[in-house]
Amino acid sequence: MPRGLVLRDRAALASMRAINAASRRTGRGSGTVAGGRVALRVSPNLLSRLSLHRAIGLVSGTNGKTTTTACLAAALASCGEVASNATGSNMLPGHVAALAATPGARRAALECDEIWLTHAIAIESPSVVVLLNLSRDQLDRTAEVRRVADAWRTSLTAYRGVCVANADDPLVVHAALEAPRVAWFAGGLAWGDDAIACPRCARGLVFSDAAWSCACGLARPELHAFPTDDGAVVDGETIVFDMALPGAFNKANGVGALLAAVRMGVDASVGARAIAALDEVAGRFSSITVGDVGARLLLAKNPAGWSALFDLVGAETAPVVVAVNARIADGLDTSWLYDVAFERLDGRRVIASGDRWRDLSARLFYAGIEHDCEPDVRAAIKRAGANGDRVEAICNYTAFAELRGVRP
Amino acid sequence: MRIVTVYPDLLGTYGDRGNGLVLRRRAALRGIDVELIEARSDGALPVADVYCIGGGEDGPQQLATERLAADGTLQRAVDGGAVVLAVCAGLQVLGRSFPGPDGSRVEGLGLCAIDTVGGAGARAVGEVVVQGPSAIGALTGFENHAGRTTRDHAQPALGEVSVGVGNGDGSDGAFAARFVGTYLHGPVLARNPRLADWLLATALGTGPLGELDDDPSQRLHDERLGAATAGRR
Repeated sequence: MPRGLVLRDRAALASMRAINAASRRTGRGSGTVAGGRVALRVSPNLLSRLSLHRAIGLVSGTNGKTTTTACLAAALASCGEVASNATGSNMLPGHVAALAATPGARRAALECDEIWLTHAIAIESPSVVVLLNLSRDQLDRTAEVRRVADAWRTSLTAYRGVCVANADDPLVVHAALEAPRVAWFAGGLAWGDDAIACPRCARGLVFSDAAWSCACGLARPELHAFPTDDGAVVDGETIVFDMALPGAFNKANGVGALLAAVRMGVDASVGARAIAALDEVAGRFSSITVGDVGARLLLAKNPAGWSALFDLVGAETAPVVVAVNARIADGLDTSWLYDVAFERLDGRRVIASGDRWRDLSARLFYAGIEHDCEPDVRAAIKRAGANGDRVEAICNYTAFAELRGVRP
Repeated sequence: MRIVTVYPDLLGTYGDRGNGLVLRRRAALRGIDVELIEARSDGALPVADVYCIGGGEDGPQQLATERLAADGTLQRAVDGGAVVLAVCAGLQVLGRSFPGPDGSRVEGLGLCAIDTVGGAGARAVGEVVVQGPSAIGALTGFENHAGRTTRDHAQPALGEVSVGVGNGDGSDGAFAARFVGTYLHGPVLARNPRLADWLLATALGTGPLGELDDDPSQRLHDERLGAATAGRR
């Protein structure tokens, strides 16, 4: 049992364990959210007490949270046990569950929902906060990304730890500049449409190569860490490593995690080795077999994520199954389909799938992409790979979770 | 025919650039040559036959209004008979007034007789069904806005809302001979092929365009309409 807990906290944790066990037994879910929620109701200060005497790294942003958190947890594990919400329950109940599950862990890597970040910072007093990017995600729930950036900005003014922030995203820079201590990394900007107007003065930003600036003086800050062809530079030191996770965006996330780990006391080379060894994160980039067809599972949740995955699959000609649902966890609004350049699938075999295959089919039609439709994702993969080809299955959140056989 | 998507850098939050893509493709399938221009806010607005104006956040919406007012091309083109599709913030911009980022009243372009104020309740978020004019029929879309819009008595709405919120008074948007304003995004034309074809036919000055064979938009329209009216909002 962690130090500093009061009787009420112990009662809260006991009810959480009972609920989580029941939830797993009945197959209703992985159990971390329901139990954590009840525990917080029984003991509202539980989370702040569970956070005492621990070095916590919070990871937030629209894209790459889960991968970056996994990288940070891997790097921190070189110093001992790490608490982490690996199941992706990224609001406060998920944090309670993760911290309570590993009472002896002195370090934690916690993924945090963008909206909840300000609360998590106030309650958990994290040593490091990693800010990845902000773009539109689940439009029906998070109406305006600028409001999120402004909330971050206000919260970071009084933040005493280190903010590890992506210098490539103007909205993140706008928010993080208020923090007294910032370490900047080159986290990339997969998709710029949300950030083209200057977040400070609304004038147009000027982009040149990797840098960007505005007439009002807001500009890309000097970097503390950035990826290179064969590794990264962190605080001026060159570190050679080769990540098993594919794609430039994973590399950028890995470098952000590495910089955060270094600020939490991890040796840079040791941390880099641990991050390089990760080969899948909660099923992302993993392989599955449907019948005798092999497929690579790719998760995209918003335009920036789709864009990054098109970069990843772009060089090859493997058939592509695109599966889109619009359930509550995905966001009910599918208008983002028109912010994704499906034109880039030109010349490949494409099958539209998922609950909202009709929306996808219309989108592909207007992109001029010939395609077939098969609502059932497994059947779509079988059809796409009927010639023996390996299939790229790009799915949004609940479609991905269903394919993996886990409850979203 | 030239179609301009107005300021996608400021007014493009809900995939509204899709409306231009829909018009271009549906025209091309009828053998009509279309030049589609996505006109950013840092340049002069081109003269066009059809303008598509989309939704945006409060700050960019006000900036877009200032730039359109200073540019003047859109107002002249409308006087000259250009066809306009205005969605969400785009609709508010073309009205007489709307609330700015700090809640104060901002002057719109005044191309239709509507005024928008900040809504008192929650944002209107979800599937919408609107019974449009007979030439267009039932419309399906998704809405996400806080504003509530009132019309002058003489300003027709696009139609009556049967599912969702729209203007907030049981109607949605604004309608005129060459103007469609609506809160429906989705984007609206991908889900409503008859509206898309009506805009094209109006711009061309022809009668109604023939239906497309095996039209994915029609399939989507019918499914969304069924889902929304079945209460699965």
